[in-house]
Amino acid sequence: MQVKRCLTVLVLVLFAMGIVAGCGTNNTNQQGTPAPQGTEILVGLNCELSGGVASYGTNAANGAKLAFEEINAKGGVLGKQIKVLERDSQSKTDEAMNVSADLVSKGVVAQIGPLVSGAVAACTPVMNENKVPLIAPAATAPGATVDEKTGQTFPYIFRACFLDSDQGVRMAEFAYDTLGLKTAAIYGSTSDDYAKGLAKYFKEAFEAKGGKIVANEGYVTGDKDFKATLTKIKATQPAFIYVPGYYQEVSILIKQARELGITAPMGGGDGWDSPDMVTVAGAAALNDTYFTNHYSVQDPKPAIANFVKAYETKYSKTPDSFAALGYDSAYLLVEAIKSADSADPVKVAEALAKTKDFPGITGTMTFNEKHNPVKSIVVIEFKDGKLVSH
Amino acid sequence: MPSSKRQWLWLLINIVVLAGIFTLVQYMIATRMLNQYYQINLAAMAINIILSVSLNLINGFTGQLSLGHAGFMAVGAYVSAICTKNMDLPFIIAIIAGCLAAALAGFIIGVPTLRLRGDYLAIATLGFGEIIRVILQNIEELGGPAGIVGISRLTTWPYLFGAIVFTIIIIQNLINSSFGRAIISVREDEVAAEMMGIHTTWYKVLAFMIGAGLAGLAGALFAHYFYIIKPETFNFLKSFDILVMVVLGGLGSTTGAVLAAIFITVLTAYLQAFPAVRMIIYALILVLVMIYRPQGMLGNKELTRKTFGRFWGGSA
Repeated sequence: MQVKRCLTVLVLVLFAMGIVAGCGTNNTNQQGTPAPQGTEILVGLNCELSGGVASYGTNAANGAKLAFEEINAKGGVLGKQIKVLERDSQSKTDEAMNVSADLVSKGVVAQIGPLVSGAVAACTPVMNENKVPLIAPAATAPGATVDEKTGQTFPYIFRACFLDSDQGVRMAEFAYDTLGLKTAAIYGSTSDDYAKGLAKYFKEAFEAKGGKIVANEGYVTGDKDFKATLTKIKATQPAFIYVPGYYQEVSILIKQARELGITAPMGGGDGWDSPDMVTVAGAAALNDTYFTNHYSVQDPKPAIANFVKAYETKYSKTPDSFAALGYDSAYLLVEAIKSADSADPVKVAEALAKTKDFPGITGTMTFNEKHNPVKSIVVIEFKDGKLVSH
Repeated sequence: MPSSKRQWLWLLINIVVLAGIFTLVQYMIATRMLNQYYQINLAAMAINIILSVSLNLINGFTGQLSLGHAGFMAVGAYVSAICTKNMDLPFIIAIIAGCLAAALAGFIIGVPTLRLRGDYLAIATLGFGEIIRVILQNIEELGGPAGIVGISRLTTWPYLFGAIVFTIIIIQNLINSSFGRAIISVREDEVAAEMMGIHTTWYKVLAFMIGAGLAGLAGALFAHYFYIIKPETFNFLKSFDILVMVVLGGLGSTTGAVLAAIFITVLTAYLQAFPAVRMIIYALILVLVMIYRPQGMLGNKELTRKTFGRFWGGSA
């Protein structure tokens, strides 16, 4: 009985500690959003560090942290050091909103993240209400920066990546113009808006150029066997196969396509960007496959080479697109703080909207009136397991 | 003091305490003493309380292991969101519609699955919860995988507080009625209960429906607080989150479910600041509680004024 009571007390104490600890942070910050004073500028990182899309969030957060470290090593911005508040949104939309409210209450100048468009949409009202800018490294949905009902641009939401429509169009141009292929089949994921969007824009652009779509099939996330549909597609003899989706399924799909003797070139979007592609599909199967991406690790430009080297030294892995976009988001923010000559969130947002010819890792960016960056899209080819950019 | 008079006195005290809590929080929100972050966590806490208390009715009191609670929450969330967003109905009607739709879903799912027991029932409900999610994912009119965006924020503290009180009163009164005794007898021994003339399937389905309807209530409040709902929010992990609260609080203890919901919400919010070790600490706490307190925080006991009296060594 005595032991039992002790344990009850222990559990209750643990519980109380949780509450006290939760409240403890309350005392350190005041209500509203005071402009950060003193020697530090606070920047919030609201990324998916655990849960379903943890790899995106973790890599983007790593990229952004690397950028801020570089900036701090060079003496910071406006003579102040940048302090990063890193928070985990657990790949959940409600947590993302919760986190952004927390960051805003701590007085951050801006928030970087979340990565997924839905989570950005959840944060949007909080950011607009409190007038704190949000830079979404990889939210590709058209509605992320624009209120779809009124057509008004959200004044405090920005993104560092291109849109799904741009990617689909770029691949259609590449297949039709560069590779000179006139017929194509589409076999993409139907489980998410990302892949559906790519398929739609590819189809529109390819047909507008005079190409013909001979088959339009779909799979769902988690599928492991694509042979039945691939056989069907093979019968229509497409010159090109567009496979918008994520690497988990695409890698298996390509392997099975090659096993069935489909030799047509295949293409996809940035969802292909993973080292797992080569490990699962094999270097030989991946020959003659292409995907649109934010940047190429092999790019010899000094800025990119330096970034890749610094990232590899710090985290012992190759930076993917999300890392590069996180890195760019951080520099975008710092440039805006510099040109606003202030760490006041409202002024920084105004400066961000005016960003012009910003030299990023993922291309030179200029924000248009919808807060979308106008920039180039790289097409990358798998050549014997190595990435080659076009 | 005659017992009826005493009961009235306690009822009065309860009302005064509840009104006090309500007014205090309302005052703190009105004067901005609670900033937005704390308000969001308060809402999350309230929604979690409703979810865990309602799942406790199914899992704790009726003894039927259901893993599809997030699915019913999704039904409530979607139906209520459509009501306010597309049909411009008042929020209260949207909430009621969400509850009823979720209860109906509970009925449809409950009738075939509640013939199963134990693990089989768990798998079947898990499957049905996923079916709801996948159906929502494939209805383009409901936004597909991207879900419904731009729901107006109508959930306020009075709604949240009212919903908690409503849920707890409904469930406590059910438990202490002949219905409650019937479902507890089903939990303790289904064969014996049937022998005593209790229509076990009927009671199980009824408990399942009420639990599902209240999950729909939580879903409606959730949709109108967090602006955006998408099918992925209501996956089986969400069901597990709720189950963790119920098991942590103690199967068959309403106060335990409430305490655990508060505890988990606070813990999640607190651990946001430690992203790297968050899952480890979270899991560790759960493991420790399960090792040293396998019956949950409160077991199947309730936290009543008597418990408090005993704890302080006095008499209530």
